[in-house]
Amino acid sequence: MAARTLSGAVVAKLAVLGVVDALAVYGLVALGGRRSWWLFAAMLVGTAAVNVIYLGSRRVPAKYLAPGVILLLVYQVYVVLYTGYAAFTNYGDGHNGTKQDAVAAILAASETRVPGATARPIRVVERDGELGFLVDGPGGARVGSAVRPLEPVAAPGGGVAGAGGWRTLPYGEIVARQAEITALRVPVPGEGNLRTSDAVTAALYRSTLRYDGRADTVTDPRTGVTYRDDGHGRFAAPGGAVLSPGWKVFVGFENFLTVLTDPSIRAPFLGVLVWTFAFAGLSVGLTFAIGLGLALVLGRPELRGLRVYRSLLVLPYAFPAFMAAILWQGLLNPDHGFVNAVLLGGGHLPWLTDPWLAKLSVLAVNVWIGFPYMFLICTGALQAIPPALTEAAQIDGASPWRVLREIKLPMLLASTTPVLVATFAFNFNNFNVIYMLTGGGPRDARSPVDVGSTDLLISLVYKLAFGGSARNYGLACAVSILIFAVIAAISLAGFRRARRLEAS
Amino acid sequence: MRITAPTLMGLALLTAGCAADVQTGRSDQASGPARATATLTVWADDSRAKPLQDLAAAFERDRGVKVKIVQKGMGGLRDDFVSQAPTGQGPDMIVGPHDWLGKLVQNGVVAPIDLGATASRFPKIALDAMRYEGQTYGLPYSIESVALLRNMKLAPERPKTFDELVAAGGELVREGKATFPVGLPVDPKAGSPYHLYPLQTSFGSSVFDGGELAIDNPGGLKFAAYLRRLAEAKVISTSLSGEIATNAFREGRTPYLITGPWDAPALAKAGVPFAVEPVPPAGPEPARPFVGVQGFYVSAKSANPILANDFLLNYLATPEAQRALYAAGGRPPAMTSVREELRGDLVMTGFADATLAGEPAPNVPAMDAVWGDWGLSQLAVITGDGDPAKLTEGAADRIRAKIAN
Repeated sequence: MAARTLSGAVVAKLAVLGVVDALAVYGLVALGGRRSWWLFAAMLVGTAAVNVIYLGSRRVPAKYLAPGVILLLVYQVYVVLYTGYAAFTNYGDGHNGTKQDAVAAILAASETRVPGATARPIRVVERDGELGFLVDGPGGARVGSAVRPLEPVAAPGGGVAGAGGWRTLPYGEIVARQAEITALRVPVPGEGNLRTSDAVTAALYRSTLRYDGRADTVTDPRTGVTYRDDGHGRFAAPGGAVLSPGWKVFVGFENFLTVLTDPSIRAPFLGVLVWTFAFAGLSVGLTFAIGLGLALVLGRPELRGLRVYRSLLVLPYAFPAFMAAILWQGLLNPDHGFVNAVLLGGGHLPWLTDPWLAKLSVLAVNVWIGFPYMFLICTGALQAIPPALTEAAQIDGASPWRVLREIKLPMLLASTTPVLVATFAFNFNNFNVIYMLTGGGPRDARSPVDVGSTDLLISLVYKLAFGGSARNYGLACAVSILIFAVIAAISLAGFRRARRLEAS
Repeated sequence: MRITAPTLMGLALLTAGCAADVQTGRSDQASGPARATATLTVWADDSRAKPLQDLAAAFERDRGVKVKIVQKGMGGLRDDFVSQAPTGQGPDMIVGPHDWLGKLVQNGVVAPIDLGATASRFPKIALDAMRYEGQTYGLPYSIESVALLRNMKLAPERPKTFDELVAAGGELVREGKATFPVGLPVDPKAGSPYHLYPLQTSFGSSVFDGGELAIDNPGGLKFAAYLRRLAEAKVISTSLSGEIATNAFREGRTPYLITGPWDAPALAKAGVPFAVEPVPPAGPEPARPFVGVQGFYVSAKSANPILANDFLLNYLATPEAQRALYAAGGRPPAMTSVREELRGDLVMTGFADATLAGEPAPNVPAMDAVWGDWGLSQLAVITGDGDPAKLTEGAADRIRAKIAN
């Protein structure tokens, strides 16, 4: 590369790149320390690519695309891939981690303190890297380690501190080797194992379960029951008893089969799907209609107090959506809410607990939250239409209605269609409003299925993942993928039809 | 001076490399013999993060290690912990109620702890709550339950039964001195199994009886009928949410409020002259509220198990810590000696006495399946949406089916 004089911009660019690289190196060290080699490789490749792209003078398109692509990879592709992966696992309550963790948790829970055994003061000692406990009792000092049962040790000259060549660990080393020390079990023949949780005292424990790493079984020596890996991420006994916790495993298409065959999920799916489309469609249509109407009315410069009206209109938009939903929940309280008590003069309309009124309420609140945005968009789009066009039409004798229908509206739609599509997609997954206002309810108290009349697909997924007795992330991911398939199919059909219309 | 781009880039990389050296250097030091360098991370919600900060400062001073108190919303704390602990990204300790325990153990994210001689400083109910399948997992710090808050100006007499309370409250409403006979909060979406539990138990129905769901036993059906009568008499309604009930009590518009210690500091500050008493029974048996025990848990994947146990047993299981947590959160302390020394504090004593009659809310994972249908059937009973007995039995059947699943 030819050396050249640096301008201020190049220095700034290199400074930014330097910061990015410094952060990347920091991240690589951290990832390496955690042994996350996949992420390590991804970060390394990404950092190299960024440097190649921005150090060279060519690859101009890549320079503009790179930040977007990186964000896309991190926030979209990774999430999608992870969802896809989780849909094929039994990830959820009881199947939360690795098998290794599960075995450790099972064994830890089976360890109980020997009845009557009091904690005795100990010292954590070390000899040639081997950790042990030194117990100083009335019968003299005793030392033991994981492989050496507790036995008396001579304490030459220097007292117990230097007994048998063992060295007492200083506090700093104890802190550095905490996990090793708490994992240490010093056998006391015929009594149990000594273990410590504070490195200062130890007590006798007995374990009721044993793990055999070679046979991959957990046995209970008292009853002789053997638990084996049942292939579903659990240790199960022949009688059907299982040990908790289990661990995460691949289950293939099991989650998808559950969605399609379990009546408690299959039954509500269709109803919720229809309502989701209705909610998203009506939300977009109504907010757009109201926003456009207001933009037209307030677009007349001769109106007095225009600024005041406009600021008032934008107010709902400036308010956080979920806060607005909580507020509306109070306003719609059947007995004490503002709407019934003041606006309806003491009416008792059950806004949020009647199935149809609840649908109406979530829609109305969503429109209330959403129309200012449409008002802003329409105001902007209307102002972008050259006044000369409408003036020319007026001179030609067109009525204001015709000007709107044939000039303003087509131009407006051309520029706002992407916004409308995005708003539809947003409302399709508008979890906030539903969750905060009705929680998906009201649910029929007699229905066995945990789905209410205002549930959208996204809140159905939430209830599958977080509702009920056990969280089931795998199942929820499988449903998300099915939802995606439904939306993709419908969008595809829509695009085809649009293209055919264009062609004809 | 001419600087070339490659030189500058090289410089930048060099600085980055130095930064990395500093980083690795620090982690080398951690295994060195001279100093203890480790960071103990504790997740707590806002009401506990502050007093913990001070306790952590003492630990930092004595042990020379850093303690990081991370303030998290109560809502997401348990679930974030369950999902992050297995990845090694979770904290070393968390603080939360005992009814999380079943879920935490089921997911293998908490480690058993040995309270040793420290256990004798706590009452049995607190220790029982922290036990799951024979192991102790948490250090208790507070014991709480709902109680009856009585506005002493509006209602100078202490009611002996719930019917007496309803009559006295109704009289005040008729006289125009109050708007509601009693502030009995009902969540319009989820019902009120927690707040209504003392009334339910007074009819001889508890949530589990010997491991069997018992909300639809004969007592449970009698309670459902009673609930319907309360609704017909306009004593209770699905529109009287917790917020409305608390506001009404603060403004003197209702003589009674059923709530827990979490509302007490704000009410005291507002100048409401209230007494705290156990919820009076509605049926023939004593009213037993759900007792919640708050405590500290050590992560099963903690990289600092010794520091965590040290902090737990020697810094949090002390009268000073229990006092500080009470002062900040208003929850009656768990440690027996601290409860005794706070006897002069009438609000604390009232709530502490209310817990005596109660029983710990079950900490089994199956409880997650119970709340939903249970509360929903209460809402239906209150709104008169069917026969109270049938609604209760139906909810119980659905809960049994969910638990069996």
